[in-house]
Amino acid sequence: MSRKAKVLTGKNHSIWNEYKKCKYLFLLLIPVIVYFFIFHYLPMYGVIIAFKDFSPLKGIIRSDWIGLKHFRKLFSGMYFLPVLRNTLIISFSKLLFGFPAPIILCLVLNEVKSLRFKKAVQTVSYLPHFIGWVVLAGIVKEVFSPSHGLVNYIIQLFGGNPIFFVGSKQWFRPVIVGSSIWRNIGWDSIVYMAAIAGIDSQLYEAADLDGAGRMQKIRYITLPSLIPTIVIMFIFAVGGVMADDFDQIYNMLNAQVMDVGDVIGTYTYRVGLQQMDYGYATAVGLFKNVISLVLVTLCNKLSKTLSGSSLW
Amino acid sequence: MVGGYVMKKKVGFSTIIIYILLILLAVVTIVPFIQVFTISMSPPEVASSYGLHLIPTKFDFSGYRSILKHRNLWVSYKNTIVRTFLGTILSMFLYIIGAYPLSKKYLPHRKFWTMIIVFTMYFSGGMIPDYLLVNNWLKLSNTVWALILPGAMSAYNLIIVRNFFEAIPDSLEESAKLDGANDITILFRIIVPLSKACLATVTLWCIVGNWNAWFDCMLYIKDESKYVLQYTLQKILLDGQTQDINLKVGMVVNTETMKMAALVVSIIPIMIIYPFLQKYFSSGVMVGAIKE
Repeated sequence: MSRKAKVLTGKNHSIWNEYKKCKYLFLLLIPVIVYFFIFHYLPMYGVIIAFKDFSPLKGIIRSDWIGLKHFRKLFSGMYFLPVLRNTLIISFSKLLFGFPAPIILCLVLNEVKSLRFKKAVQTVSYLPHFIGWVVLAGIVKEVFSPSHGLVNYIIQLFGGNPIFFVGSKQWFRPVIVGSSIWRNIGWDSIVYMAAIAGIDSQLYEAADLDGAGRMQKIRYITLPSLIPTIVIMFIFAVGGVMADDFDQIYNMLNAQVMDVGDVIGTYTYRVGLQQMDYGYATAVGLFKNVISLVLVTLCNKLSKTLSGSSLW
Repeated sequence: MVGGYVMKKKVGFSTIIIYILLILLAVVTIVPFIQVFTISMSPPEVASSYGLHLIPTKFDFSGYRSILKHRNLWVSYKNTIVRTFLGTILSMFLYIIGAYPLSKKYLPHRKFWTMIIVFTMYFSGGMIPDYLLVNNWLKLSNTVWALILPGAMSAYNLIIVRNFFEAIPDSLEESAKLDGANDITILFRIIVPLSKACLATVTLWCIVGNWNAWFDCMLYIKDESKYVLQYTLQKILLDGQTQDINLKVGMVVNTETMKMAALVVSIIPIMIIYPFLQKYFSSGVMVGAIKE
């Protein structure tokens, strides 16, 4: 046996020993690794059908390669680009309005001295987060109903005409963005509240001695302490820009607003699972996931150099 | 905590604005729910008229009566309870046994194993490969496993549990190890009882997640008798199926009150566990978490 091989086997041997020492730990870990392999990594392997003319009869391996045909269709067809546009408009609106909302809520809550009041508001504001979109969409449609909804009742009190919000091209996206903020504002603020709870109260006491006002304390103590959390949450949010909230939009979407409300998720479902165009729909999904991954990576890198906080 | 009189001067305009804003938020959050409750127990003519509908003026439970007779709803209610029960137990078992090894610094290649799991948070095969896996390869369609297995674990929750385990001082295990206990005994005898707060939180998330799930049912379940609650509810709400139900039951009700009654019936369990959920919110099992 050559010396090199000997060294190698020696090394393997010690690794084997290390694993043997932890055999019970691995016994525990194995089912979990197997789970992730089957339910997460096998589908990742499955994305190769985005490059194949997939037919369920032939299976993944025996289906013919067709290169980038599906991707060419993606960008030349007149179907995907409007969907991409809708997705980006809705997601960026959610980012623009929905990202700062819980931060503002948390700053406002932090100014409340009565603990009981604070707790009450928090309890109420978390509630919608625990209700699924099937139910919430039902509720939202009820509240915005043109024939008997609360919102239109108020509009009419002020002399306006009832608006069919959920069925109007002009209003559909604002309703989506608004109801998403309505659902998540409370829950999303928890992370920031936890970060605020970690701020040393001596900082505020010192600021009080210096005669700092409410806004100054927010500006110079609270916000700077929140920055690392905000950065982390922002990276997550940017990574989610391509991932439309399928649950929400599917349950709210209707024929009248297809033009403005059809997003990547609903499109993938329709093309892939209703029209059974598996290969093409996989290409749509792959495109989405790759962009998301690139966005998270870029954002992470950027924030690492700029602020020092990062996901990994 | 603050120098008293300096603050007292400030109790003025801005404080009032803050309180008004927060009350407004609470009202906007809760009113839609109250409205649904009210309409669900109102007679049709009230339900279809304009108004705030905050307090029921006239009572009429025909919506509930027709929902009670709706057989599919109750079958799917039962199915949801079954899947929630099985799904939560399976998920928690996997989280516990997965988080423990990953929380040990001396686990060989710990970084690699963690990375394999964390990577799934940022990249996935997507809807179609997931579907093909469950439907064509594993052939789980039309069984409860199609609902439970694919979402049994999320990398996010696993890492949260791992972080909690990691924070438990090693000294507690050392003595048990000296007594000859192996890792598995230590995990279930020492670590799990010490992690009740964290495990309770994740358990509640699993329950809520299973309760609210519907898309997997739409994809994989073919028999109406195996539908889950949210999917049946969606059909009642979206597909205008209400007419059929009324024909079957032989009773004419305003579809609106019936829909609202269905919503109420499906929310009630969440409302019941909500106070328990509430208890664990502030305990800080939160994001920073995800950082490796």
